[in-house]
Amino acid sequence: MKIIYNNVDFYYGNNHALKSVNLNIEENKITALIGPSGCGKSTFIRTLNRMYEHIPKTKITGEILLDNENILTDAYDLAELRKKVGMVFQKPNPFPKSIYDNVIYGPKKHGLKNKDALDSLVEKSLRKSALWNEVKDKLNKSALELSGGQQQRLCIARCLAVEPEVLLMDEPTSALDPQSTLKIEELFQTLKESYSLVIVTHSMQQAARVSDQTAFFLNGEIIETGTTDDIFTNPKDQRTNDYITGRFS
Amino acid sequence: MNKKLIRRRRLKNALFQGVLISIIVFSIIMLLLLLYQVFKVGFSHLSLSFITSMPSRFADRAGIASALAGSIWTISLTILFAIPLGVGTALYLEEYANKQSWWTKILELNISNLAGVPAIVYGMLGLAVFVRFLNFQRSILSGALTLALLILPVIIVSSQEALKSVPSTLKEGSYALGVSKWQTITGVILPFSIPGILTGSILAVSRAMGEAAPLIMIGAAGYIGFMPKSPLDSFTVLPIQIFNWTSRPQAEFQDIAAAGIIVLLVLLLSMNAIAIVLRNKYQNRMD
Amino acid sequence: MKKKIKKREFIIEKSLILFAGISIITTLAIIVTLFGETFQFFKEIPIMDFLTGKTWAPTLVPKSFGVLPLLVGTLMIALFSSIISLPLGLGSAIYLSEYAKKRTRKIIKPILELLAGIPSIVYGFFALTFITPLIRQILPQTQIFNVASASIAVGIMTLPMVASLIEDAMMAVPNSVRNGAYALGSTKMEVALKIIIPSTSSSIASAFVLAISRAIGETMIVAIAAGQSPVLTFNPLESIQTMTGFMVNMSLGEISQGTLEYKTVFAVGTMLFFMTLIMNLVAKGILYRNRERY
Repeated sequence: MKIIYNNVDFYYGNNHALKSVNLNIEENKITALIGPSGCGKSTFIRTLNRMYEHIPKTKITGEILLDNENILTDAYDLAELRKKVGMVFQKPNPFPKSIYDNVIYGPKKHGLKNKDALDSLVEKSLRKSALWNEVKDKLNKSALELSGGQQQRLCIARCLAVEPEVLLMDEPTSALDPQSTLKIEELFQTLKESYSLVIVTHSMQQAARVSDQTAFFLNGEIIETGTTDDIFTNPKDQRTNDYITGRFS
Repeated sequence: MNKKLIRRRRLKNALFQGVLISIIVFSIIMLLLLLYQVFKVGFSHLSLSFITSMPSRFADRAGIASALAGSIWTISLTILFAIPLGVGTALYLEEYANKQSWWTKILELNISNLAGVPAIVYGMLGLAVFVRFLNFQRSILSGALTLALLILPVIIVSSQEALKSVPSTLKEGSYALGVSKWQTITGVILPFSIPGILTGSILAVSRAMGEAAPLIMIGAAGYIGFMPKSPLDSFTVLPIQIFNWTSRPQAEFQDIAAAGIIVLLVLLLSMNAIAIVLRNKYQNRMD
Repeated sequence: MKKKIKKREFIIEKSLILFAGISIITTLAIIVTLFGETFQFFKEIPIMDFLTGKTWAPTLVPKSFGVLPLLVGTLMIALFSSIISLPLGLGSAIYLSEYAKKRTRKIIKPILELLAGIPSIVYGFFALTFITPLIRQILPQTQIFNVASASIAVGIMTLPMVASLIEDAMMAVPNSVRNGAYALGSTKMEVALKIIIPSTSSSIASAFVLAISRAIGETMIVAIAAGQSPVLTFNPLESIQTMTGFMVNMSLGEISQGTLEYKTVFAVGTMLFFMTLIMNLVAKGILYRNRERY
């Protein structure tokens, strides 16, 4: 197992947002997190790279093992964690810099200065995110000139440039048109050969299309987990069944 | 009956609008009159020798060289002190401080109160602390430190506004790459907010450039017959030189006061123009 | 590498806290220096003589330290300048937020900002060489230095501040509030007077208080145009001396630390500081108590 959640509880102030969550995430698989909005799935992935630390008054208990090491201890270096666990957000958020500078932002801040190494890293990352052919002639153009879908793939490239092992995606296509969504979903399939992907999605079709494993969240609890096929064809819990058949949202 | 009522209401509205427009026009006329008066009195006295000469007992020989040099010295040092301090404080308040804590609340209340303290009170502070206590004497250094404290709250507040405008998604994007806070500040936050910070800072600095009262309090001289060479020299600045000339009874001195004002206004307007250009560029990018 | 970054982060955070601390130190230093000298002053001059005396002659023989002439002079400037800055500032704000088109706003706002950016020394010059002669043409008995001329200049100078504070509040009123009234056939004037002004009343009140506080602390205009004669008068056509005017006037000469003159300047400065501080706190209190919520 790449990642193991053991009895994780999470609080925003008095709000008990995750309730004794247990989950195993497999290596080189795509795990989809589904559930109605406010169910805790976005909170969940923010615990995996400790992004919650930028929000005041949060508290977390339990343990999260990444390669059998608990990432919630103070001894676990935050920068190392986030290099290993990359994140792509709901709305594409490229920096107002050139395409090139966006990709090298992370590696440069982590100390990589060699120009040739940076150049080849840019090409490698953009190829992996299936953007290279579209932008190779305009690497010095502003990232903000790209289309929404291209921006999101640039954000994926930016993540890949720091050479992560896990990729977290918080509804990565919800702000995109169907064409761009399709491209990114195809990209997931190639990415999973080298990375473990955790994708939050509000679209059950997307979860069914792209993922290997699915976890269903409701009110901060994981109701059911299993292979995607099982969850969608043969849910064991009535609430899972209600959700995937659209009886509540 | 109803029609009549509507007509009356419309008429009232038109009258009201007329009053409001005349208020705006009044402001514009005042600005034009002020500029007209200054240029009418001062323009003919403006010459190269006016800018390169020292002050004098004789109005026709007097110039603003030492005051101009004093202003440039003082303002350069003021910028050096005030902008790093102001931006640093704003960074602390926006990016580091816990907004809920009593310490942050006291800091913010304190800063907004300092913004309302009259300039002349800063002069007394400068007199007691920089001139006397730290024994910097009546020097450019004392003046610049005094002015820096005076404009500090303005720079802090405008920098805070600029920092608040940085989308949190950009910061998250940087943090999620494992980039540290300070690296995120220099890599994403400052590049994004620098036009706004600069706009606010330039406006604050141009305010400092026009101040006379606090510098009179710390004992900047009304007459300086030499060019200042170091921060510890005694000095005068344009506004004090202008004040000195304005308050003399002879009309000739009021004429050269106006010429001095033109020089001061040209300096200030060019600074303001830079600020406006920066802001427009900034707003276009935000749209 | 990791350790180096962590150490740097730590040092930077601590230095920034230090930077922020400067503003607290500034406040403390203001209070300590003002209080110290003022305390010394009241050791020599009884506080009641200072607060209720009607003669201000700190450098004449016999000396007299009744601050009322300075206080009345200051308050007259504040009063007469508000007659200009408050209504005209409010009117400008209503025009900008309710009537002006976007393009008109884009022209008028920079003009107001320019007006606010002109140094007070320039307004002083304008008052003395333009406004005063104008007043004296109409009312020949007016003295060369007088309250009216200085007040007009102070009023024009504070007008943009009043306008911009109020306009900000009015622009924050959501359009849905206006549209409701327009849908009922209200005119712009009715919307402005019956909806916008009442719903921004606390911002308006707060802006008014701030403008008066600004006028009280204004220095160069009054030092140039209002005169340096501390006479207890209520006639705006006469010459007076304000608190700030006195402070500047004293500082133009050499005053050495420890002398009664030096302490007198600080006593007057302390009074000025407290008057403006209280007004600023009142302005903030008004806003805080009645935060406009939508």
